[in-house]
Amino acid sequence: MKLYIDGVGLLGPGLSGWTDGKTILAGRAPYCPAEVRLAPSALLPAAERRRMTDIVKLALAVGNEALPAGFASRTRTIFTSSGGDGATITAILETLATEQREVSPTRFHNSVHNAPAGYWGIAAQSREASISLCAHDFSFAAGLIEALAQALTQDQPVLLIAYDVPYSGALGAVRPLEGICGIALLVSARRSDDSIAAMTLALTRSDKPDTPMTEPALDRLRTGTPAARGLPLLAALARETPSSVVLRAMAGNVLEIDVVPVELDPA
Amino acid sequence: MNRLVLSHFSVVSCLGIGLAETLSALRSGRSGLRPCDFETVSIPTYIGAVDGVDDQALTGPLVDYDCRNNRLAALALAQDGFSQAVAEARRRYGADRIGVFAGTSTSGILETEIAFRRRDGDTGLLPADFRYRERHNTYSVAEFTQRALGLQGPAVAVSSACASTAMAFANAARMIELGLCDAAIVGGADSLCLTTLYGFHSLQLTSQQPCRPFDTARDGISIGEAAGFALLEREDGMAGDDAAIRFLGYGESSDAYHMSSPHPEGRGARLAMEKALDSAGLTPADIDYVNLHGTATKVGDAAEDAAISTVFGTATPCGSTKGMTGHTLGACGILEATIAALCLRHGFIPPSPTTDMIDLKARCNYLRDGAVRPLNRVMSNSFGFGGSNCSLVFGRA
Repeated sequence: MKLYIDGVGLLGPGLSGWTDGKTILAGRAPYCPAEVRLAPSALLPAAERRRMTDIVKLALAVGNEALPAGFASRTRTIFTSSGGDGATITAILETLATEQREVSPTRFHNSVHNAPAGYWGIAAQSREASISLCAHDFSFAAGLIEALAQALTQDQPVLLIAYDVPYSGALGAVRPLEGICGIALLVSARRSDDSIAAMTLALTRSDKPDTPMTEPALDRLRTGTPAARGLPLLAALARETPSSVVLRAMAGNVLEIDVVPVELDPA
Repeated sequence: MNRLVLSHFSVVSCLGIGLAETLSALRSGRSGLRPCDFETVSIPTYIGAVDGVDDQALTGPLVDYDCRNNRLAALALAQDGFSQAVAEARRRYGADRIGVFAGTSTSGILETEIAFRRRDGDTGLLPADFRYRERHNTYSVAEFTQRALGLQGPAVAVSSACASTAMAFANAARMIELGLCDAAIVGGADSLCLTTLYGFHSLQLTSQQPCRPFDTARDGISIGEAAGFALLEREDGMAGDDAAIRFLGYGESSDAYHMSSPHPEGRGARLAMEKALDSAGLTPADIDYVNLHGTATKVGDAAEDAAISTVFGTATPCGSTKGMTGHTLGACGILEATIAALCLRHGFIPPSPTTDMIDLKARCNYLRDGAVRPLNRVMSNSFGFGGSNCSLVFGRA
């Protein structure tokens, strides 16, 4: 099963976008972790912009980076996150533990797992299909499998957005994550002028381990934040040479991915 | 899409445990809503609670998954021979060839809400018996279902608010079409919790009475809970089973309008219904009954009415079953899919017993009293927060 990658978005500690980040992921520049700066999407009306939480800013920023101009309103979207908006959920849980239990209505609508999808639809003015997924540590792989299924059965480009923001407080203590990470991939069944690489995917069952990142700090991010499990795939794209990536999925399933720069793609 | 067979299905809601109790309530128009007496909640509203969930503690190897949401899921799996049917399918296809696509909006957050009251006074930490992955995390119900059924195929939780378990059908159809699995378990669970009760109350969307879909005096929702599952298989593997209900098509869309209000003309709802008809290869005239999203909010019902009358005109029979079941949020897709399947199998349109006077402004053909008649095609609508919409079409062979 083959997909073309037409766009990439990336945000993480010391990874301030795909354009800058790919030289680091390819090993051509040193990796220096630094705080992630999240800005609200300029595409949203003022009311929605004020209500955006960090995780919504993250998801929309990487999604926008992956899209060529003019694509936003006609692309199907898949949002995948291992734990949703921990800050908002924690604030609600703290409120519910008080006598008054006065939940903020804005917090409540921001707490749904598909909140980024809702903001995306408004910002992109997109009425296209959008699905929001979770598969705990395997959320990136689950999103990529869904992207594969959508792109090959729906004949439409699909934007996959994987994103995680670490929890803090009581939930952070039971579910610690390494750092913020967002990865977006625009995929399509057809090659186009925007295509940068072709990837062939097979869903198998094997004991093969995940492909690691060679840089130790990046590998800590990969193992410590579920969305960052997509980094080895981005590193393969960044190297611009044929590469193979193993990405373990749920219940012993494994995605085996061969990445080829589009110039070397025979089709 | 290629038609799929709902070879087995099961459901649990305030209408009853399993298909027989559900069918009986739907036919007689018995509402399962009652004044809210849930946990420590003090909100003047009605709820659709499943009785006896507290007595259904999970034990054995899956004890870590024990929470209200997974208890509801376990109850549904245990009804109507569903688990046995899946075991049979597992022998036929192999455990790794059956996918699990399960929806939920709030997973086991009730247990987290209670754990937050029990935080350590000094450290603020959660009690040692708190289980994040198995109870709180959104994936919990999918992982629980996969393990409880002994399956090993692709699995994922869909969490697109109130469209979650409807979208799970779309998810499964694509995966089967692509050959990534041969059969799929679709469904999921959403259970009562403080987050949704107090959250919808804060948005002033909960009614103080049993919710009254499409009533001229409707004033909000009643929150319910439900779990349900369907085993989806390719038609060619089911030769000769003409009685089985078919899953014919799906349509998904986004409103691109507002986080918690639908587009006033039902723009996204209309698109979801049109895509579902297109996916099923049907025209509006082929649909015998639309099970509406119909949550009984002022704007939601009006927007859906506008969308329905644009797509179908004013003759197609419509109705909402939420006056009986309450709005089961992320579970309404699978609950109403099983209701659609029961209506097709037994030839009836359920009444809307809490609706008194139908809104004079409503243009759709809202059948308040239901009907007894053969049905060949039923559409089921599920629309969620964030403007996530999904319409499904089911039919007889």
